[in-house]
Amino acid sequence: MPGETSDCKDYFYLATLDKGCLPWSGQRGRPAHWEAVVAAKQRSARVMASSTGDQSQAVRNGLRTKVLTLHSMNPRVRQVEYAVRGPIVQRALELEQELRQGVKKPFTEVIRANIGDAQAMGQRPITFLRQVLALCVNPDLLTSPSFPHDAKKRAERILQACGGHSLGAYSVSSGIQLIREDVAQYIERRDGGIPADPNNVFLSTGASDAIVTVLKLLVAGEGHTRTGVLIPIPQYPLYSATLAELGAVQVDYYLDEERAWALDVSELHRALCQARGHCHPRALCVINPGNPTGQVQTRECIEAVIRFAFEERLFLLADEVYQDNVYAAGSQFHSFKKVLMEMGPPYAGQQELASFHSTSKGYMGECGFRGGYVEVVNMDAAVQQQMLKLMSVRLCPPVPGQALLDLVVSPPAPTDPSFAQFQAERQAVLAELAAKAKLTEQVFNEAPGISCNPVQGAMYSFPRVQLPPGAVERAQELGLAPDMFFCLRLLEETGICVVPGSGFGQREGTYHFRMTILPPLEKLRLLLEKLSRFHAKFTLEYS
Amino acid sequence: MHALGAAFAKPGWVRVGASAARWRVPVAGGPKPGWHRSLKEPLAGLRCETAARLGQCATCLFSFSFCAKVSLRKRAMQRAAALVRRGCGPRTPSSWGRSQSSAAAEASAVLKVRPERSRRERILTLESMNPQVKAVEYAVRGPIVLKAGEIELELQRGIKKPFTEVIRANIGDAQAMGQQPITFLRQVMALCTYPNLLDSPSFPEDAKKRARRILQACGGHSLGSYSASQGVNCIREDVAAYITRRDGGVPADPDNIYLTTGASDGISTILKILVSGGGKSRTGVMIPIPQYPLYSAVISELDAIQVNYYLDEENCWALNVNELRRAVQEAKDHCDPKVLCIINPGNPTGQVQSRKCIEDVIHFAWEEKLFLLADEVYQDNVYSPDCRFHSFKKVLYEMGPEYSSNVELASFHSTSKGYMGECGYRGGYMEVINLHPEIKGQLVKLLSVRLCPPVSGQAAMDIVVNPPVAGEESFEQFSREKESVLGNLAKKAKLTEDLFNQVPGIHCNPLQGAMYAFPRIFIPVKAVEAAQAHQMAPDMFYCMKLLEETGICVVPGSGFGQREGTYHFRMTILPPVEKLKTVLQKVKDFHINFLEKYA
Repeated sequence: MPGETSDCKDYFYLATLDKGCLPWSGQRGRPAHWEAVVAAKQRSARVMASSTGDQSQAVRNGLRTKVLTLHSMNPRVRQVEYAVRGPIVQRALELEQELRQGVKKPFTEVIRANIGDAQAMGQRPITFLRQVLALCVNPDLLTSPSFPHDAKKRAERILQACGGHSLGAYSVSSGIQLIREDVAQYIERRDGGIPADPNNVFLSTGASDAIVTVLKLLVAGEGHTRTGVLIPIPQYPLYSATLAELGAVQVDYYLDEERAWALDVSELHRALCQARGHCHPRALCVINPGNPTGQVQTRECIEAVIRFAFEERLFLLADEVYQDNVYAAGSQFHSFKKVLMEMGPPYAGQQELASFHSTSKGYMGECGFRGGYVEVVNMDAAVQQQMLKLMSVRLCPPVPGQALLDLVVSPPAPTDPSFAQFQAERQAVLAELAAKAKLTEQVFNEAPGISCNPVQGAMYSFPRVQLPPGAVERAQELGLAPDMFFCLRLLEETGICVVPGSGFGQREGTYHFRMTILPPLEKLRLLLEKLSRFHAKFTLEYS
Repeated sequence: MHALGAAFAKPGWVRVGASAARWRVPVAGGPKPGWHRSLKEPLAGLRCETAARLGQCATCLFSFSFCAKVSLRKRAMQRAAALVRRGCGPRTPSSWGRSQSSAAAEASAVLKVRPERSRRERILTLESMNPQVKAVEYAVRGPIVLKAGEIELELQRGIKKPFTEVIRANIGDAQAMGQQPITFLRQVMALCTYPNLLDSPSFPEDAKKRARRILQACGGHSLGSYSASQGVNCIREDVAAYITRRDGGVPADPDNIYLTTGASDGISTILKILVSGGGKSRTGVMIPIPQYPLYSAVISELDAIQVNYYLDEENCWALNVNELRRAVQEAKDHCDPKVLCIINPGNPTGQVQSRKCIEDVIHFAWEEKLFLLADEVYQDNVYSPDCRFHSFKKVLYEMGPEYSSNVELASFHSTSKGYMGECGYRGGYMEVINLHPEIKGQLVKLLSVRLCPPVSGQAAMDIVVNPPVAGEESFEQFSREKESVLGNLAKKAKLTEDLFNQVPGIHCNPLQGAMYAFPRIFIPVKAVEAAQAHQMAPDMFYCMKLLEETGICVVPGSGFGQREGTYHFRMTILPPVEKLKTVLQKVKDFHINFLEKYA
């Protein structure tokens, strides 16, 4: 049973949440003293509001209310939640700060397994990518003998396509034409020769930017005709956050945890039928390979989804940023575009599709450069112009990110001097990821009370954890989701930062967390064991 | 749109190597669909570039016979494409699983039997799309720029024009105009990008020191990691130190600094948070006219109410507080004015606000309880000897605690302008003052959804706010380069003003700062009529003609807003001096010619 010390800790969590972390927490029941705090705050806010009539008095008291308050702000922004960088990450930052200040903790470092940030976890950048980029950044280096010939050639080619031959000029809003052509060729190669048109490729500031842009175009109507968007549960919270911000209606379809998080079309039907009562469902988002769930869709499943989207008149959004991250034997990545085209008429010529990719994942893990693209298929030409216009307001995606994307989509060819090293580095990263995926699944499944589906792809495990009723009660007293309570305790006691399943969505009464598989193999092993031990201890403590 | 038309409106079905024919939306002479609110129906035509090259009719409004003709030609092309792919295609055999040729043949077989007549209405159309996005306008990259792109392509293809190159004076893109990057900045960036270079003797020590410091603050010591959503800590500290220096010691708190993806990102984020209410309580945002169209575009997108206040052209585009009062009073009838945007130095108008004027504005914002947005991205670009840049933050603090602890302010800066002109890196920051702590939480949350600003842009921002100082190895070269850019800009500002004012029918206010001239042009009645016949704003008509006849791309004043019946255009002063002289001369000749033609 939780004793006095643990109550102190609980109070501490509350304090954490009180420190500007409220926006993320989907809080339900709150304890009595918490309510008191909130009520007191509201009272003082009312006092401040009523005093604004007498401006000079207010000013003398320094009590003037602000123009921009929680009450007056954009209500849609207030509703946005984004767990991957939510209160738990905020707390992790604070703990790191405390460790630096020499505060004693039961651990020596915070391990951020909350976000798919490979290089932050020690993955080395791919040499060739950085060589070319450095040459682009500082073209004086083009005369340096320490860079391979093919890297120089590539840098010159990119610079040639930039305004003033510099990464420092704006590009066209849809991205540098040459790079769009390279992306189109990459897609053609990837999809076994199915043609891709550079004019349908739009470069973006990471995939997130493109996803937001396409969703933004799709949102219209009011009340019963407001756009509904189907998203998987569990989902990557960019989707729920964007839909909240745009005031669109989120329509949940559940992935089947019992069948390795497979997508079931009858569940899509169920979700759609229920949604039709209160909104106008117009788009279907699919994440393949899955985030946070790591499943890789079969070709049959993709075909079924496309047929469903076609019959129900849904615009398809295929989030394929993990297309290079497939580990499980027997799993293979199939792009929606390819399957769509191979399905022939009427699908191929009519089904509207947007497919997203990024430089942040795969084997390169270049998150910081914010490179990405969207390919649109069967999109209305006039709408494409609208999309370009919308992008032009933000001028252009970061040009270094565009350059990096170019290298990702057209890596060295076998005859190039850099090929061998590039290939070796790439294989090493992917092979290690595959080993880590296997290890994670294995260790978690050995732990009682934790079950983990195979990590077929992507970069995360999303294990289900059993939480004892005592812990669930305690969490409810604190106004926290039970898995948030678990993750906060895990962070405080082990320094391991993972994201509670409630941030991604999960079936009522089940609890999960998302953990990246990115730490180096040996560190990951320790981390997994630590986590399993903590779970056992936690279970004991609250049962 | 009939079924066949719709089928062809989808680009990208057939593309074979370089000789591909591509199907595109037309632009010929007219605005693109969707760029103008006034154009209710899109110009739903198609153009075959190949046909255009052969001098055949380029556009059609979906006459059935045309489409049938195209359809036949397109099928023939598909067959050719399939042949190329099967046999003698230029590509090497694929190592990607399925053979390319079989998949391609399959795909083209699909194309052939596609029942085009049965195409359904698309899900996402101009009619069904987000109406707020449809309402967005952004002239700086609008139809005239698209037209410029087309003309460039035509020049490349060898089509004869009365000029040999398109000069893009539409956008403040210094490096595209030949300005060289600042050496120190690029050195540090190269070191950060490829840290192996830290061992190279060809980089100066101070550049290495900065690169090490930046990398030290990055996750995994790499620019390839995500940063905190608010930006890398040490860079925010450097920004705060810069602001403190700039403002003569007025303190700046790194917690109030948010790094952004260019200043545009910061501006739209803050506006997004500010917009609320419905009907008469909908948020009103006051913006100067003429304005930088980012503001009107974001306001449209957010469905906020744009409240115009006019700058005084007769008075060097000065901001007059009485005009602010008029605007806010009138706006209160139909919205809730909550925000006041100021651009100083002005874009597109180039005025630099006096200290007195800034004080008046702050007092007004305090009185009317307005949230202040100070767009100060041109803070390094002040040329007139009798003008100085005063930051809103500094003036606010010096006005005393009534103001400095109450007026909410967000100030924006960027790596894209100044002397560095690093537009492509999309670096920028905003500093917020007196923001409610809860709102700060909301702000970080909102920013976190997009993960982080590009880290390379953050690094570039760091170097801008933390340049070499006296005594450091790179100081001399850095100062020389910086002075040279700014000195040149000052010269070009003067030159532009002088030359424009020599032309009859053009009047240009002094370019005290920023990077643009926004001269007023006289457009004769006949030209106005001709423009109306083309369904164009008169200054759009003027700028299109200018582009077609001289290759000079400038943006019509209507894209920025101007007093009814006046006409302007915005032109950057960024081309190198000699080229700028030629450009100005060409504009002069064109203008005189234009006046004669439409007299």
